[in-house]
Amino acid sequence: MRPFEYVSAPDVATAVRAISDAPGAKLLGGGTNLVDLMRQDVERPTTVVDISGVPLTGVDELPDGGLRIGALVRNSRLAAHPVVRARFPVLAQALLSGASGQLRNMATVGGNLLQRTRCLYFVDASAACNKREPGSGCDAVGGFHRGGAVLGASEHCIATHPSDMAVALAALDAVVEVESVRGTRRVPLVELHRLPGDTPHRETELEPDELITAVEVPASTAAATSRYRKVRDRASFAFALVSVAAAIDVQDGAVAAVRIALGGVAAKPWRAYEAERVLTGARATEAVFREAAEAELAGAVGLPGNEFKIELARRTIVATLRQLRVEGGAA
Amino acid sequence: MTQAPERVSPPVEPPVVDSGPVVGRPVDRVDGTAKTSGQARYSAEFPYPDITHAALVHADVARGRITTIDSADAEAVDGVLAVITHRNAPKMAEAPKVSLLDLSTMAAGTRVNYLNTDEVHWNGQPVAVVVAETLDAAHAAARLVRVQYEALPAVTDFAAAQGDTKPAKGGMMGAGEAKKGDAEAALATAPVSVDATYTTPPQNHNAIEPHATTAFWDGDELTVHDATQSIDWVRKHLAIRFKVPAAGIRVVATYVGGGFGGKGSVWAGTLLAVLAARVTKRPVRMALTREAVFRTVGGRAPTVQRVALGAGHDGLLTALVHTGVSAVGRTGGNAEPVGSQSQHLYAARSVLIQHRTTELDMLPNTFMRAPGEAVGSFALESAVDELAVELAIDPVELRTRNEPERSPTDGKRFSRQNLARVYADGAERFGWAARDPKPRSMRDGRRLLGWGVATAFHMPIQLPADVSVRLSADGTVLVRSSFHEIGVGAATAQAQITADALGVPLDAVTVEHGDSDQPPAPMAGGSGQTASLAAAVLQACDRIKREALALAGKAPGSPLHGLRPADLRATGGGLFRADVPAGAEHAGETYADILARAGRDHLEARTGSDNRFRSAVGQARFMAGFLNDRRKWVRAAIGAHFCEVAVDEDTGEVRVTRWVGVFDVGRVVNAKTAASQLRGGVVMGIGAALGEETLLDPRTGRIMNPGLGEYHLPVHADVPRIDVSYLDEPDPTAPLGILGIGEVSIVGVAAAVANAVHHATGVRVRDLPVTLDRLL
Amino acid sequence: MIEVELRVNGTAHRVELDPRVSLLDALREQLGLTGTKKGCNQGACGACTVLVDGDRIAACLALAVQYGGREITTIEGVAHPLQRAFVRTDGLQCGYCTPGQICSALGMLAEADAGMPSAVTEHLAEPRVTLSSAEVRERMSGNLCRCGAYNGITDAIREVAGARPGVSS
Repeated sequence: MRPFEYVSAPDVATAVRAISDAPGAKLLGGGTNLVDLMRQDVERPTTVVDISGVPLTGVDELPDGGLRIGALVRNSRLAAHPVVRARFPVLAQALLSGASGQLRNMATVGGNLLQRTRCLYFVDASAACNKREPGSGCDAVGGFHRGGAVLGASEHCIATHPSDMAVALAALDAVVEVESVRGTRRVPLVELHRLPGDTPHRETELEPDELITAVEVPASTAAATSRYRKVRDRASFAFALVSVAAAIDVQDGAVAAVRIALGGVAAKPWRAYEAERVLTGARATEAVFREAAEAELAGAVGLPGNEFKIELARRTIVATLRQLRVEGGAA
Repeated sequence: MTQAPERVSPPVEPPVVDSGPVVGRPVDRVDGTAKTSGQARYSAEFPYPDITHAALVHADVARGRITTIDSADAEAVDGVLAVITHRNAPKMAEAPKVSLLDLSTMAAGTRVNYLNTDEVHWNGQPVAVVVAETLDAAHAAARLVRVQYEALPAVTDFAAAQGDTKPAKGGMMGAGEAKKGDAEAALATAPVSVDATYTTPPQNHNAIEPHATTAFWDGDELTVHDATQSIDWVRKHLAIRFKVPAAGIRVVATYVGGGFGGKGSVWAGTLLAVLAARVTKRPVRMALTREAVFRTVGGRAPTVQRVALGAGHDGLLTALVHTGVSAVGRTGGNAEPVGSQSQHLYAARSVLIQHRTTELDMLPNTFMRAPGEAVGSFALESAVDELAVELAIDPVELRTRNEPERSPTDGKRFSRQNLARVYADGAERFGWAARDPKPRSMRDGRRLLGWGVATAFHMPIQLPADVSVRLSADGTVLVRSSFHEIGVGAATAQAQITADALGVPLDAVTVEHGDSDQPPAPMAGGSGQTASLAAAVLQACDRIKREALALAGKAPGSPLHGLRPADLRATGGGLFRADVPAGAEHAGETYADILARAGRDHLEARTGSDNRFRSAVGQARFMAGFLNDRRKWVRAAIGAHFCEVAVDEDTGEVRVTRWVGVFDVGRVVNAKTAASQLRGGVVMGIGAALGEETLLDPRTGRIMNPGLGEYHLPVHADVPRIDVSYLDEPDPTAPLGILGIGEVSIVGVAAAVANAVHHATGVRVRDLPVTLDRLL
Repeated sequence: MIEVELRVNGTAHRVELDPRVSLLDALREQLGLTGTKKGCNQGACGACTVLVDGDRIAACLALAVQYGGREITTIEGVAHPLQRAFVRTDGLQCGYCTPGQICSALGMLAEADAGMPSAVTEHLAEPRVTLSSAEVRERMSGNLCRCGAYNGITDAIREVAGARPGVSS
């Protein structure tokens, strides 16, 4: 790890000033991703602004039944929150399926959203990676890319975003609140992350001097019947090959409302608008689920090592909706 | 001021049993408290006040020559003491030529003379070492060493190199050939046959303790704390490489955080820590990063195997062909003897076993838990399952029907023959009779269930071992030998053996190990350590008992006066007549009484010799005897694996849900630790079956997943209850009847899983690991 | 260099720290508390697990400067029946992952006491946790054991969990 200047920020104002004053500064929350990447020489901040003491740790119910989640709430605390468990089970499940008990105790909501790809070629400084070193090429395309994207990728980058929580938040129409010296702004979560195009090094819509302060999750009728299904290579403690966050409200056998997002398949949590369009108003049957999944994956493009994800994503969508239909019916 | 730390001897737990025979009982580990309290020290944990830290710089080309090294930025880092490269490194001698008369000549993991050459032989080879006052400075500076190479053409694609193979040499892992009759012709005319290709990927040991070395020179005397399974090899090898007397080298490895073969050889980290200590004249600690372990310590080689079986409709095998190609490095490594078990397991009328290798410009492979059999059994035992399906014969029945009376290729006798028994026991415990053989016939909701079996087989080795046993007048016993505690409960087992041999309570025995100041022990490998040591411990205890009897026999007042060793048994802390009930008057006396009368404060016996010449002669004699013995017998530990998998019908996810393993491993010294070790092999096998794969990019020869995040070891959630049992009958040809148990239980595991997956899904996966994409 | 007060096992240590130093390295190299192990230095194995204010964390990914004034417990500060249970059930072999397993298990038991669910919890809204074998195995999956002592570890944890009021196993 290269040396850096360490600044401990007690509040939001100090933090945003510190990152504004020091280009090349990085915010440090739980450290689970940043410290690892600094050790691998992928992240080389000149200044590290420690925000772990900033009081953004509340989980508050909003008047409309939604939730406001402080950016520094630990993943484990958010997953255990009674309101999350009761009204947004998809979010609790996504959080609990991520990483390990130790890491969930460290990782923050903001840091989770901004974690970087686990692409094998991104973390190896000897490999070509357009995300790490713009213009150097992409060794993953012709190499190992089991974890790579099948939706929204480009010839320049096939990295996936590794977060589980963000997939659930994308399905829940969450909004991210961002602060900088210029003030506060709100970004819908589905617009926070960018697809790679020819600038894969630009991963989010945030400016380098912006700090995520909170995430708001609006109330939703569908969220009560929601679920996160994560498919991975071992039973626990592994990143998703494919994951599905789904929430569905079935009335009289027909889909009244539905929200679906996919993980492990794109550079961002992939909101499945096409599938939702097919499903909305249709009968909640296996055939319709399959049709919706086909529609969503119609534009998917695979490489030899990750082509299986296209069919896996379809099947996981169907399986998740099927299970929700059973659970919703039983409720 | 630097001082070697005090010798650590493991604290002894309160006794579980205070007297009586303890061999076989489920005794708690003697070092359990040390390990659960954080007091057990591993090789990177010995405090030296002026310790320095070393970090490696790795090549990022597969083959080439170093053209320039710019270390200015690294040297400028605050706290950096030295940047050592081939330009400024002191000379090290080459690795010695391998000789069967001195096994330590096999110690080198590779033939590369690190930092003494500008040649690069694999992507990841160390090309520089940075030594600094702090860990962070060393690692930060290592990133700043800029090396340029003239890249040379390299062969790094195992799959593409299949056209360029040659017959395997013998060597450490013993890849023999076997031929009986004309197997290919018999195959062609067999009424029923299977003929398939199986592949297994490179794997890494991934002991949770990364390799670490702490080295300190005092003149030409060297102290090394090394995470090793081969203390004696490390010592002899360092003596050769650094041209100093072995007598001046002390190697300490009291506790080793797992080995599995990965710490059996001497790899770059050990050599370069010692080299760096020589350069800096300070104690140096080289704690390899996980990535550095992947890049500098060999793993299991990838294999491509063909197994073809021909049989009559009665299921009796007429032909068995098992051939394999494995990768070796250009600078070392051995063929994976994948056909090892295939020479002995089935009574085929014709047999062909062949091993070939292909040389790659990559880090040489090394032995990893059950080299050969662990992956060879995947092919063989999958093929047997395929044949069972073809024949519509139950796979257990097919195996027992083909159990040979004598080893089919060479006519040797088996020291034990219990395959049918372990299968019968396992089938009973598992409930195998309820299996519907049709694929996709059993389910649990949306999960398809499958049951599979496979055979475990492993031939443990024996090596010469030296021990000293000291019986003190207070009745306590001290056993010393530089053996290795890599997790098997080695000290506990030897304490049990000693207690019973001398007839003293377990808590009277202290065992010191893991230090080359003790009598030399063999490497912890080949499942041979426990039996090898047992032979020496029994011999030493026998000498002590004879000496005690001789002392007593001289005293007219002793109840032992005039008795011969055969008349006695060791019990109750002394020697007593075997023909009278325990506790009878004047039946014998305690060692304490014997020694007190004789005015002795202890008796001591030591096997082997410190004299180098006699030691070498003894070793050669032992090996000759061992090899001669091997010519007569097939001495193998065996087992039967039964497993259940659940496969998600939607996603193809495979989970192992149930496991029964029944083994014949000869006598078991400790029921508790033996069961753990047998379970551990199954767990590692589950990893190999479902997830483990070292990803070598064929374009560059670079390992792309050199970490535990992306190399998937099994986690808690992957491992069900593993029901292990064993016959517990002594092997008549082995010391104390002990066969080794370190490796047998991994053998067959991957095949059992793949066979169960086939039963669940109807899909036959012939390439490890069995990942879900193969089942969609 | 930054001066920090590290409170470890009830003792306060004033240490000068390079901000790069991880909590793990500070414990092992500066305080000589080598019971906490380094297995991967990437948060992927759990060998470095310690408790901070009762929560289990991976000390390798924690910068020590972030943890001034917090109550840190390492294996050297643990005296708990769980340790004896590990020996009895043989929930260890080489011992290298063991301190992390034990600290992780203690943190996990506290999480279960607080009613925190896991990825395999059937009824998320249920405030009480039943530590079935599946629950223990999921919750302990951040701690790798290459020797494969998982059965014994699960047994030890369930044995201790079952012996305590408020948690059923």
